[in-house]
Amino acid sequence: MLDYQLTEEQTMIRDLARKVAIEKALPKRAEWDETGEFPWEAMKAFSEADLCGLYIPEDLGGMGQSVFNFCLATEEISRICGGVGVTFAASALGSTPILLFGTDEQKKKYMPEIAAGKKLAAFGLTEASAGSDAAGLETTAKKEGDYYIVNGTKQWITNGGEADVYTLIAITDKKKGARGASAFIVEKGTPGFTFGKKENKMGIRCSATRELVFQDCKIHKDQLLGKEGMGFIVAMKTLDLTRPGIGAQAVGIAQGALDEAIKYAKERVQFGKPIITLQAIQHILADMSTQVEAARALVYGVARMIDAGAKDYTVCASQAKLFASDTAMKVTIDAIQVLGGYGYMKEYPVEKMARDAKITQIYEGTNQIQRNQIGLGLIKESAKKK
Amino acid sequence: MNIIVCIKQVPDTTEVKINPETNTLVREGVPSVVNPFDENAVEAALKLKEKHGGKVTVITMGPPQASEALKTTIAMGVDEVYLISDRAFAGSDTWATSYTLSQAIKKIGDYNLILCGKQAIDGDTAQVGPGIAEWLNIPQVTFAVKLEVEGNKAKVERMLEEVNEVVECPLPAVITVVKQINEPRMPSLKGMMRAKKAEIKTLNAQDIEGDPKNMGLNGSPTQVVKIFSPPPKGGGEMLTGEPSEIVDNLIAKIKERKIG
Repeated sequence: MLDYQLTEEQTMIRDLARKVAIEKALPKRAEWDETGEFPWEAMKAFSEADLCGLYIPEDLGGMGQSVFNFCLATEEISRICGGVGVTFAASALGSTPILLFGTDEQKKKYMPEIAAGKKLAAFGLTEASAGSDAAGLETTAKKEGDYYIVNGTKQWITNGGEADVYTLIAITDKKKGARGASAFIVEKGTPGFTFGKKENKMGIRCSATRELVFQDCKIHKDQLLGKEGMGFIVAMKTLDLTRPGIGAQAVGIAQGALDEAIKYAKERVQFGKPIITLQAIQHILADMSTQVEAARALVYGVARMIDAGAKDYTVCASQAKLFASDTAMKVTIDAIQVLGGYGYMKEYPVEKMARDAKITQIYEGTNQIQRNQIGLGLIKESAKKK
Repeated sequence: MNIIVCIKQVPDTTEVKINPETNTLVREGVPSVVNPFDENAVEAALKLKEKHGGKVTVITMGPPQASEALKTTIAMGVDEVYLISDRAFAGSDTWATSYTLSQAIKKIGDYNLILCGKQAIDGDTAQVGPGIAEWLNIPQVTFAVKLEVEGNKAKVERMLEEVNEVVECPLPAVITVVKQINEPRMPSLKGMMRAKKAEIKTLNAQDIEGDPKNMGLNGSPTQVVKIFSPPPKGGGEMLTGEPSEIVDNLIAKIKERKIG
C-alpha cells in the first residue's frame, strides 16, 4: 500500500474505525444483509467512539471538519460492510447542507447532536420522476404566512425513517425553473411528514431506503436553508463536497473484496498447492490491488485538496467517485472469480460485496452524470486556455 | 463517588511461553494489553461514575512501559491514572504487590470503592485484590457479576461455581469482578487523543512511604522455584487423507479402543 503520510491523529482515526467495524459490524453483516435490520448497534458504537463528527468543526461538537478524515473512517467501515458504510456516510450527506448554508442558530440547533451521533441525518432530493434530471422535482413548498406548506414524495432516501433530521429540496416557485427550488430542514415527527415502505434492495441491504411523504406538512420559515430559490445550489454544493465520501465507500468495499480474495487464495489448495502460487490467480490479484490503490490515491488526493481550501474541485471529485465505484464493481466481481464456486455462495462475503458495490456506480449522481460533469469541466478548462 | 481501579499489564496471548532457563515469561514479540478482567473493572467503575458522579482513578504497578496500559484506560474515559513504579518493586509476589498497591491507594486517598479484575491472565493467582483489602483493613467481595451502590453500601452478586450469591457490604471495600459483569467499552477518539497527550504521574517507593520489608523480591515471602508448562492433556491424533479413508480409519480406531 502507498504510504499516504498519515498524521498520528489520522492513523488513530483509521485504526479506531477499523477496530469498531471489525468488532461491531463484521459479526453481524451477513445477518443484517439477510434481514435488512438497520445497523443501530454499529452506529451506536461509532457514536461512542467519536467517529460521527469527523467532518464537523469543533465548535459545533465535531472533531474538526476534515473531508479526508471522514473518508478514512468511511473507507474502513465500508471495507467490512457497505451497508453500514453508507448509513454512516448518509448522515454526513444529510447534514452537509446545514453546515454549508445553515444560519448560526440552525447549526447550533442541529449539528452538535449529529456530531455526537445521537441523531442521524438524511438528504431528500430524489423523486420518482426526478433522478439524474433533478430539475423534474414535483414536491412543492408553498409559502403561507410564516410557514411553507410542503406536498409531495421523496424516493429512495437513505436513512429514511431512522434519521431525525432531514434536509429537503422542494419547489417554491415553479415558474423560476432552476432558481425555483429551495432547501429546508425538516424534523422527524413534524405533522404531515410520514414515511413510505422500506425498499427491498439488491445490496447495502441493512441501510434504510424509504420514501419521505409530505401531505400538507407545515414547515416554519426558520427552517429554510439559505435563501428561497437556492435549493439547487444547496444540492449541488452538497453533492460536490460529499462525492469523495462515495469514493471512499467504494474503495473500502473494493479493499474488503481484495482482502477476502487474498485470504482465500492462500488457503485454497488445488493441484497440490495454494492457488495464490498460481500465476493465473496472482495476475488477477495484482490487477485488483493496483486498481484499488489507484482509486484510493484519487479519493485521498481530492479529499486533501478540499481540506486544503480548493474552491473548484467538481471535476476531481467526480473523477474520484467515478473511478473508485467502477473499480469497486470490477474488483468485487474479480474476487468472486478468485473464490470460484465458493465466491458465488452466500457463506462467503464476496457476493454481498459485489451487490453492495453496484450502488456506488448509481447513487449521488450516476457514473454517466459524473462523466457529464467531467466532460463539461474539460470544455470549460480548454476554453480558459484560449 | 470516587473509585480506584487496579489494573495489570499482561502479554496479549492465551498461550504464555516460559523461558525454561530463567523461569520468566517470554515477552519478546508478544504485545502487551490491559488484563481483560481489569478492563471489566474499569468499565464497572465508569458505569458507576455515570450513575453516581465522582471520579475514576486507575493505578498499575509495573515497569515504565506499563504506562501504555494506563493510556488505554484514559482512552476509555477514566479521569486520572498513576504508575506505581520503582526498581525496589521488582520481583514482588502477591503479598508485596498488594502491599505496594495498598500503600499507593493510601497515598492517593479519598476513595469510596476499589475495583480489581478477579485475576490476571498471566499469573492467575486472584490474590492481589483480596490482599489489598487486607492491607487496607476494609471488606472484600470477590467474583462480582452484578454491582450496585446505594449510599454507603454496595450490593454485589457473586458468581460462584454452582450458584450466585448476593451480599451487601459497607463501603469503602475492595470488589473484584468477573468478565460476565459487563462488556468493556471501546476507546473513543477524544479519549485516545487525551491519552496521547496525557502525562503519566509516577509514584515511587519513597512517594508511597513503603516499608522495604514488604516490597520487592526481598519483601516477598514466596519465591518462584520453578515455572513449567504442564504437559497438555492427551494430545489428539490428526487423521489425514481422503474423507472416505479418514472415516474408515476413525471407525477402526473406535473399534480398537472398544468405545463403539
